[in-house]
Amino acid sequence: MHELSIIASLFEGLEEKAREHHALKITRVRLKVGRLAGVVPEFLKTAFDAYKEGTIAAEAELEIEETPVKVSCRKCGVETAKDDFIFACPACGATDIEVTLGLELLLASIELEI
Amino acid sequence: MNKKEVIVKEEILGSNKKVAAEIREKLEGAGVLVVNLLSSPGSGKTTLLERLAEAMHAEHRIAVIEGDIETERDAERIRKKGVPAWQITTGGACHLEAKAVGRLIPEIPVGTGYLFIENVGNLVCPASYDLGERLRCVLLSTPEGDDKPKKYPKAFASADCLIITKADLLAHLPFDLERAEAEALDINPRLRVFVTSALQGGGIDELVGYLVETRARLIERRTHA
Repeated sequence: MHELSIIASLFEGLEEKAREHHALKITRVRLKVGRLAGVVPEFLKTAFDAYKEGTIAAEAELEIEETPVKVSCRKCGVETAKDDFIFACPACGATDIEVTLGLELLLASIELEI
Repeated sequence: MNKKEVIVKEEILGSNKKVAAEIREKLEGAGVLVVNLLSSPGSGKTTLLERLAEAMHAEHRIAVIEGDIETERDAERIRKKGVPAWQITTGGACHLEAKAVGRLIPEIPVGTGYLFIENVGNLVCPASYDLGERLRCVLLSTPEGDDKPKKYPKAFASADCLIITKADLLAHLPFDLERAEAEALDINPRLRVFVTSALQGGGIDELVGYLVETRARLIERRTHA
């Protein structure tokens, strides 16, 4: 349950962006949350709604895009989607793989009124 | 009034990562190997650190940062071993963040070879926060069960080393050591696995050897860089 501290970090970024663009308010916030990011999107939304009161994003809506896990094999180069937490390449069996998607916890974009 | 969309694409925890990178650079530059210990409460992090203090401190100079929700108890246990230790009490937060660790860096004695950070007991949230460590070790105690790696994949996926603790209880528990190792290696084939008993001493020498070797490699890499 560290979603509230993630939202607190998010708001540091939001306030900085709002200042940078001389925004009157933030109306929409879009996040990308990977399946391996270790956070629960529903809890992020609850934390966001609790935190936004009295901030520049008080009327903002939060949209979360959940991204699946993808891995790329360093041996055979094949990229595959993963949902089983078995980190071996399904094509050649090698375990030297890199997670290319699914770890991210990103502020993707915001909509402002200026 | 105008509407405007701004593409940001920045990591939400970017500021934590930045502070963590500064800690790593500063401490590694001073020859300190930083180790972040993650596990559920009661898996034996502090007891393992007490044994490591006995096994390592005289020769290798260690220091410990303890993270808990409340009390100084863990830091006091470590100080009794003659090792400098600081307690961070989070007052409810379920994990440590780099900023809190960073505030203690000036206190770490010159000549320290190893800084162990014992995270708040929790197998979920601490996995998302880089504290500036070079090694992340996840502990799994035998009473917790051999099925934990796939239940808490991020902690195991982000670790460098798995320390199975309380191995002296294996004879009394339905804990399948091979299954636990195999599950953890499925998630993270890079994991180094150690089977330890802090109370009886098993596996501690191997773990110390791994830490010493990791620090030596780190120093060598920095010297050549």
